[in-house]
Amino acid sequence: MTMSFSNCKRLIGVGVAFGALLASVTAAADPHPWQINLDKGATAISHQVWNLHMAAFYVCLALAVFVFGAMFIAMIRFRRSKGAVAETWSHNTLLEVAWTVVPVLILIGLATPATILTREIYNTTGSQMTVKVTGYQWLWRYDYISYEGKPVKHVKPVWSRLAWDSNAARQLDSGISPYSVVDKNTGLHDYLLDVTHPLVIPAGVKVRFLITGADVIHGWWVPDFAVKRNAIPGIMNDVWAKVDKPGVYRGQCYVLCGQDHSAMPVVVKVLPRDQFNTWLAERRNAAVLDKASRTAQATPPKPTPTKG
Amino acid sequence: MSSTAQATHYGEHHQSFFERWFMSTNHKDIGTLYLSFSFLMLFVGGSFAMLIRAELFEPGMQLMQPYFFNELTGMHGLVMIFGVIMPAFVGLANWMIPMQIGAPDMALPRLNNLSFWLLPFAFILLLSTFLMPGGAPAAGWTNYPPLVLQMGDSAAFLIFAIHIMGISSILGSINIIATILNLRAPGMDLLKMPMFCWSWLITSFLVITVMPVLAGAVTMLLFDRFFGTNFFNAAGGGDPIMYQHVFWFFGHPEVYIMILPAFGIVSEIVPTFSRKPLFGYKAMVYAIACIAFLSFIVWSHHMFTVGLPLGGEVVFMYTTMLIAVPTGVKIFNWVTTMWKGSLSFEVPMLWAIAFIVLFSIGGFSGVMMALVPADFQYNQTYFIVAHFHYVLVGGALFSIIGAVYYWLPKWSGHMYSNFWAKLHFWSSAISVNVLFFPQHFLGLAGMPRRIPDYNVAFADWNMVSSIGGFWFGATQLIFVGVVIHCVFFSRAKAASKVWEHAYGLEWTLPSPAPHHSFTVPPVVDDSQLAHGTLTH
Repeated sequence: MTMSFSNCKRLIGVGVAFGALLASVTAAADPHPWQINLDKGATAISHQVWNLHMAAFYVCLALAVFVFGAMFIAMIRFRRSKGAVAETWSHNTLLEVAWTVVPVLILIGLATPATILTREIYNTTGSQMTVKVTGYQWLWRYDYISYEGKPVKHVKPVWSRLAWDSNAARQLDSGISPYSVVDKNTGLHDYLLDVTHPLVIPAGVKVRFLITGADVIHGWWVPDFAVKRNAIPGIMNDVWAKVDKPGVYRGQCYVLCGQDHSAMPVVVKVLPRDQFNTWLAERRNAAVLDKASRTAQATPPKPTPTKG
Repeated sequence: MSSTAQATHYGEHHQSFFERWFMSTNHKDIGTLYLSFSFLMLFVGGSFAMLIRAELFEPGMQLMQPYFFNELTGMHGLVMIFGVIMPAFVGLANWMIPMQIGAPDMALPRLNNLSFWLLPFAFILLLSTFLMPGGAPAAGWTNYPPLVLQMGDSAAFLIFAIHIMGISSILGSINIIATILNLRAPGMDLLKMPMFCWSWLITSFLVITVMPVLAGAVTMLLFDRFFGTNFFNAAGGGDPIMYQHVFWFFGHPEVYIMILPAFGIVSEIVPTFSRKPLFGYKAMVYAIACIAFLSFIVWSHHMFTVGLPLGGEVVFMYTTMLIAVPTGVKIFNWVTTMWKGSLSFEVPMLWAIAFIVLFSIGGFSGVMMALVPADFQYNQTYFIVAHFHYVLVGGALFSIIGAVYYWLPKWSGHMYSNFWAKLHFWSSAISVNVLFFPQHFLGLAGMPRRIPDYNVAFADWNMVSSIGGFWFGATQLIFVGVVIHCVFFSRAKAASKVWEHAYGLEWTLPSPAPHHSFTVPPVVDDSQLAHGTLTH
């Protein structure tokens, strides 16, 4: 799918096709009505997490069938109303050893792949890009720190807050139905899952996220990446994701952070690498131009923006 | 009024209402006070839950500002944990432990009075915060800094309320330990004690160990908030995560404080209605002790996503998974107790069976959550909310209701209405699943907990869950009716041995049980004890 973009300039037609592609990607990944299970997600890690989740679920299901099955058989067969006479035994060493040892073996069977996967998730080495994520009450700030081994300079941070249409609808007695908040391009109901400016990252690149908090503890979570980590004041956490499929991936703050906790979504837009490079270059040029125009002004300079 | 005068004129001394209920040193009256208080708080905390489910009925904000929603979720948790589950278990302990071990009363009757009467004052402090400028604390029941440090003066009231509740719990536990270790009738060896006494003996040690830890954590919050210290303030060299470690060092044993007595209750009820001795009595005792020990070394599994080092993550994963083993032993033992028994399904048995099923479901999701990578998807979502409500409502609360239906005829001397009690059971057992099962789905679909508003994709299951919530809440009104009818209006007399196959000293006393249980130590007849003839 990314092939069709690799050599294209940004023609309008391609833009439309890209929108359609996003629609197909997002439709699969975003939460949908009556959803009952995790999505597989968009990364190799999230697929492995999904497999572990399903393995644990099936183990639990088998145990449930066994335990509840035995109980319901007992409840049907050994009823006093059917003339059942109680036996008097209350001990069986073999049985008791068995149901202590067998669960231990089952648990080792689950813990082994979980340990291997945790190690992999914790291995943030070899990343080609670093983005710093800062949680504020109630928005996210994304700073591009380094890309392809070089520090990223002159690129303004992305301030990512709840989209204005969601914000209007979420007010008490707003009279606006949450169902009316729709993404015009994709038709997705993105109420409380859309932001003013998403984080933009390149596809196929191992991106390291440095996560911290500015005021209280927040939580940065993108379910499709199986990436979830607290954003804590004074502490820098790191996680990583390598997303191959371009698309828009949505999550939410997951740690209670005050009154607008439900209104700080996480939106990550993954662009094909060449498009991302163009995007980053444009953002850099805009920042440089902006700075140049301000320095050139004859009037006394405005106070330096602290959030630059 | 001296207790000796009361003992000698037992049954003749007439106490005024105030004397009886406010100055009581009697374990039964104090037990009744505990249970009544807990019952009242069930409806206070339940009304918060109803408001929460009403706001979550549909996407969008309809009823309240988000901040008030946060006040409700935090207070719902605090009231249900410290106001309902713990006092109910202490109330049951007060009523049953002296009767089960052949004692006249609790070992420390005046302390008993104090430990109860601290509670209403703690909850007046706590609930009064709703009326304060800035509202009640709105940082969840866990009260994590730095968020809780943004609260108004209500933080001080919250912290003092927690201190008082903690003192109350510690005094209650000291009393239980003193009673069990000192007042057992001759011949009531520790390993002949009913499982309920065993579960409370071990729980008491958990309480006196971890309550001071919570007190320390919230006291540091108090100093950070009001006296300028920086225990948890990163800008002053403190560490916000240190609070979470200290809190959960209390918090995880606390989870078992709320479930071990439930294990004891179910271990009483299941053998009675299976007409067969409890399978593996000693294994059950050791399993409880083992769970209690492990509960001290698993706390960080509440914090898998705070950024623990890799070693920390996997060690806490292993210890957490290990808890599944003794817990599994208990469930297998209950099922095996039923196997080849002669089962009948009186009301307490229905609640006990529902307990086993619902608690196991909560246990299964617990095993899933123990896996670190999987927890990266579940952490702080509705999957967690579903998990802990299965173990706390389907587990702890169901066992308490089962215990009330099991022992209420002994307490009141009357039988309750079987029809209404069964209606209460079936309505609760179905609605609790309508309420909480869909929350697993919501969590897996990506809905975080503690949010008042959500994307429209989560709307359908939330509506189902809310309908289940209103249904479950309304059903508990039946419980009020059944209990009031049984205590004040029922004409059906209860026999001293209320249930055909119930064994233990409490069933040798008449129903209702006399004001002082055993004024002279009973002669223990091993054949009348559930575990008296234990040979292995």
